[in-house]
Amino acid sequence: MAAPSTAPMNAVFASDDAAMAGFLANQKRLRWRKRLLPAIAVVGIFAIWSIAVTALHVKPFIAPSPWAVVDVFRDRLDIMLTNLVPTMIEALLGFTLGNFLAICVATAFVTRKMVEEAFFPIAVMVNTIPIVATAPILVLLLGNGIAPKVAISAIICFFPTLVNMTRGLRDVNQQALELMRVLSASEAEVFFKLRVKNALPYLFSALRITASTSVIGAIVGEWIGSNIGIGALIIQATYNFDSALLYASVVMGSCFSVVFFTIISYVESRTIKWNVVATT
Amino acid sequence: MTVIAPMSSTGATQAENAVACAEVTVRFITARGAVTALDKVSVIVPRGSFLTLLGPSGCGKSTLLRVMADLIKATSGSMTVFGDRPSVARRNREIGFVFQDPALLPWRTALENVMLPLEVGGGVARQGHRSARDLLAMVGLAGWEDAFPHELSGGMRQRVAIARALVTGPRLLLMDEPFGALDEITRDRLNEELLDVWASTGVTIVFVTHSIYEAAFLGQQVLLLAARPGRVRELVPVDLPSPRRVALRETPEFVALAGHLRRVLETC
Repeated sequence: MAAPSTAPMNAVFASDDAAMAGFLANQKRLRWRKRLLPAIAVVGIFAIWSIAVTALHVKPFIAPSPWAVVDVFRDRLDIMLTNLVPTMIEALLGFTLGNFLAICVATAFVTRKMVEEAFFPIAVMVNTIPIVATAPILVLLLGNGIAPKVAISAIICFFPTLVNMTRGLRDVNQQALELMRVLSASEAEVFFKLRVKNALPYLFSALRITASTSVIGAIVGEWIGSNIGIGALIIQATYNFDSALLYASVVMGSCFSVVFFTIISYVESRTIKWNVVATT
Repeated sequence: MTVIAPMSSTGATQAENAVACAEVTVRFITARGAVTALDKVSVIVPRGSFLTLLGPSGCGKSTLLRVMADLIKATSGSMTVFGDRPSVARRNREIGFVFQDPALLPWRTALENVMLPLEVGGGVARQGHRSARDLLAMVGLAGWEDAFPHELSGGMRQRVAIARALVTGPRLLLMDEPFGALDEITRDRLNEELLDVWASTGVTIVFVTHSIYEAAFLGQQVLLLAARPGRVRELVPVDLPSPRRVALRETPEFVALAGHLRRVLETC
């Protein structure tokens, strides 16, 4: 910001146009390098993959060439998209449900210590069970529809948000808490004016993690008893030795995760305008 | 926001003293046993005066301040703030508190931080309180209303904290080593500014510090505390002219006073 008292600071810096131009050129070079290097790496990996598949005579049902995967996206895009939609819905519902429940439980943990002492060990225990082991249990309980997929996705989202949100609500500046007491603030005021805002950066880092894990949950759910969705497509392609379709499905799922993650990061940058690192 | 009139029916306004502290003892029970933080501390803080609390670490000076603010309950003894219990004074918005950490809320601008006290605890301000903008201008931060805490220097953050403590129009300002984390030059400047604030608002100030120079420069009286257990060692009157400026610290009177404080401190 334009600060009145920082203006005299300019006098500290002597003007040296040549050095400044060199500095800016170097900055520009570094920026381009940061953009170009990953692109070159991706192209390189594709080239090696393509050459290796032909040179080593890899059978198409073991591993496809990159061009075969691209062909799938061109020729069978309708199948891909029909299967992406249910996975998307399951992941979004699971993400919403899991995070909502985690925020509620974290609130209960922080406002009533006894609730945390009673239930946190259970939450840890449930979290240690691998999701592939929980999935069949949920399919038996909830049937073959969308419900078990959403439940699996929600469970996988629950724990990271619970842990982060609990920390964010609890780790408030001690002197800010004392200040609220001197001001005779009510418990609700301390919660909404201090704890919730303090927890937002923690919540967003959990949301970024769970944006990707929710998609994993939905796909794992679809492996068991489903005939539609990215997960089902992966299973079908594997059984049919359709390696190109398998790879394309994986890429599709991954792209959706990246888009979801990016959206959350964007919302975070719009919501949290204060400098978290500098002030905590 | 509503404004409450100073109460006339209670003894609060008749009381001559801002703080009257009689034989206050504070004991904490810890895993290693009982600790006596304060042992029968008695002190009177007249209205409108400036008292500094000086002592080695562990002498309970912060604890005494927290008993005045109703953040800690005294184990025994009596503490009254404007003739009433500290909890009553706290609810009546008589007390402003400045911590060593400015404890600004990082998601609020300077102005929003100053306004926080008006939004919580019933949103009550005492009559005659000054607007948040005025207070920011008084502490030298006009033009910085919309800056976030991370855009401010350490000294500016503490200025915001002082404005925040004054926004409800308190009659007692408690300060717990507020300039302890600042560099010397900034600390000197803020010491002078604090004396100006004191002069212009008429607020009673109790100021905790472990700096001999700060204690002698700011206070009308210096209360020296000894450690383990925290007890009153000596109440030293400061007979230095006002308004005080930093150059005062080079006068023989000031040097003699600081020397006296140092000698007493060495035996605490």
